[in-house]
Amino acid sequence: MTAMADEILRIEGLVKWYPKKSGFYPRKVSNLQAVDGVSLSVKKGETLGVVGESGCGKTTLARTVMRLTEPTKGSIVFEGTDIAKLRGRKLRPFRRRMQMVFQDPYASLDPRQNVRSAIMEPIRIHRVAKSSQEAQMMAADLIEEVGLNPDHLSRFPHEFSGGQRQRIALAIALAVSPEFMVLDEPTSSLDVSVQAQTLSLLRRLQRDRSLTYMFISHNLAVIREVCDRVAVMYLGRVVEVAPTSVLFNNPKHPYTVALLSSIPVPDPSKRKELVPLAGDVPSPVDIPAGCRFRARCAFSTSKCADVSPQLVQVEKDHWVECLYDIDFMAKTKSELSA
Amino acid sequence: MSSIADAVQILRVKGLKVTFHTYAGDVKALDGVELAVRKGEILGLVGESGCGKSVTSLSIVGLLPPNAKVDDGEVLLGETNLLGMSKEGLRKVRLSDIAMVFQDPMTYLNPVLTVGSQIQEVLEQEPDIFVPLMAKSMLEDAQTQEGALPKMKLEEMAATGRAGRKDRRTLARAYVLKMLREVRLPEPERIFKLYPFELSGGMRQRAMIAMALVRRPKLLIADEMTTALDVTVQAQILQLLKELRTEIDASVLLITHDLGVVAEVCDRVAVMYAGNVVEVADAEDLFADPLHPYTQGLLASVPRVDSEVRERPSISGSVPNLIYPPSGCRFHPRCPKAFEKCPQTKPLLIEPKPGHLVACLLFEK
Repeated sequence: MTAMADEILRIEGLVKWYPKKSGFYPRKVSNLQAVDGVSLSVKKGETLGVVGESGCGKTTLARTVMRLTEPTKGSIVFEGTDIAKLRGRKLRPFRRRMQMVFQDPYASLDPRQNVRSAIMEPIRIHRVAKSSQEAQMMAADLIEEVGLNPDHLSRFPHEFSGGQRQRIALAIALAVSPEFMVLDEPTSSLDVSVQAQTLSLLRRLQRDRSLTYMFISHNLAVIREVCDRVAVMYLGRVVEVAPTSVLFNNPKHPYTVALLSSIPVPDPSKRKELVPLAGDVPSPVDIPAGCRFRARCAFSTSKCADVSPQLVQVEKDHWVECLYDIDFMAKTKSELSA
Repeated sequence: MSSIADAVQILRVKGLKVTFHTYAGDVKALDGVELAVRKGEILGLVGESGCGKSVTSLSIVGLLPPNAKVDDGEVLLGETNLLGMSKEGLRKVRLSDIAMVFQDPMTYLNPVLTVGSQIQEVLEQEPDIFVPLMAKSMLEDAQTQEGALPKMKLEEMAATGRAGRKDRRTLARAYVLKMLREVRLPEPERIFKLYPFELSGGMRQRAMIAMALVRRPKLLIADEMTTALDVTVQAQILQLLKELRTEIDASVLLITHDLGVVAEVCDRVAVMYAGNVVEVADAEDLFADPLHPYTQGLLASVPRVDSEVRERPSISGSVPNLIYPPSGCRFHPRCPKAFEKCPQTKPLLIEPKPGHLVACLLFEK
């Protein structure tokens, strides 16, 4: 993809392999290809959704972008600087500018640390406040900004519900005034009514602080609601990227089509015969060449096994990684069967 | 509740009250649950976490934890009250009448037995119940011609219910294979010999369904059966459920928090809030015309793939602490339509519209 002036983050050819060891004296026998050549760009102020089934590499992508795990290959360009190879002191300013909120607020908060100390910790580490009084004030402001009240500061995580904990996790992430936030399934452990509250909070924060989000979720309905653009991942690769309304109204990759059609719609009058994808996601260990989706694809041909497709732009801002135009394929197929 | 009584009800839950004793105090988890499952239907039971969906299902099968106490109410399977039953009686009920499938199959499958052998295990234990059932089922099946047991022997077993140990084993094995095929597992002979950890999540859930269905239960309770699965696999399992209901002629109580799943497969829906069933209606009716303010709020707050709506309304506040539940209607502190009577009177299920029950004072005259 070409560089654009307004992009905050550009990922190019990002690869993360985990070696798989085996034997009495463990030796590397194969690679788990969690993320295998992902290129994406995130524009300033937008929300980019990353969607896919479990095991497709969404979280690994997020963790690698955040430099919580070391990338195997590829570059992560944040505001003009490649942070993929930075270490230690050089990386620290970027750690302040990008923050992450994790899926499970029960696991991401330290049970023995009260809320005040949890929020003040990043402020202290990144020396955001000049004095401890100022840090205290900031903590109080932050907790109000996420819709809790300052009385909550002296409490401990177990005293809060899931939705409240996620708000606390947000306050902690916001403490260092980041520009870019990775939200890894921020609402999937919450009930629907709480989910709606949390999403509207995220939107308000984005507006007030002009934040850029990378929003990871397996829930396409949530993605549709909050994202400007969506990237669909399958088995370590991005198979389709498009603006949200384009992706939902005119999906091009067979996997995206299947994914969209398997979501139950909360409206019995729109009940449809589910046409599920057959089989399961294949193992990400030593993936063979060719299209990764071919085993479950309704349109696969012998060419799919030989040629590895690359992301190509089919329309403006709409990128698809498939050898064929499936609208055309579907038509031919129905003509053949007729 | 006249219209509900019209159809044959295989299970009725009446005024069920359950309390959990905890160090923090007594949690009034169920506060007079009313529910009826009709023959052959899929009834959805929906609500947010902690509303009592699972407690209801566990009370039905008598699997409540030791710190729970049933204070009042009845669970009627046909005419028998399951709550008064002995442990042995309940075991028999779970063996032949009610089966359950849970959210996480890995927790419920035995990790050290192969899939086939743990399904087969039950069948060999209770020959009185299972030998005739298996023999009849195998007789119906055209594939038995090439099966391990001759037709004559099967007929004899079906009639007398007796079989030698070796025959019983052969019969059980053939029957399990048939069940694995019925839940559309590929290569049943191979799957039979695999351990649960070797299967994917979707295949494990299919194995659990097979295990539940071997008994030909009258009622299948599916508790968050597809919650842990990916959407594409969820679609496979839901499709399977739709196909099986006609084949096995059982009623299904589908417990879920996902209104999409409910809309996709359920005939009727019961909505629970804080230990009460607050609304029961046909699926289409419920989604088109929700009466209870909670149901309205819940439906409005669901994210949908089929619409472009960006800002969803949400129900303000959070689920109440059930150690100190709100007085009167338990929803009144969060209800946008609450009036002075709500904190005082507990609403009962009434039928303002044929076949559509609601527990809300707005509809009482």
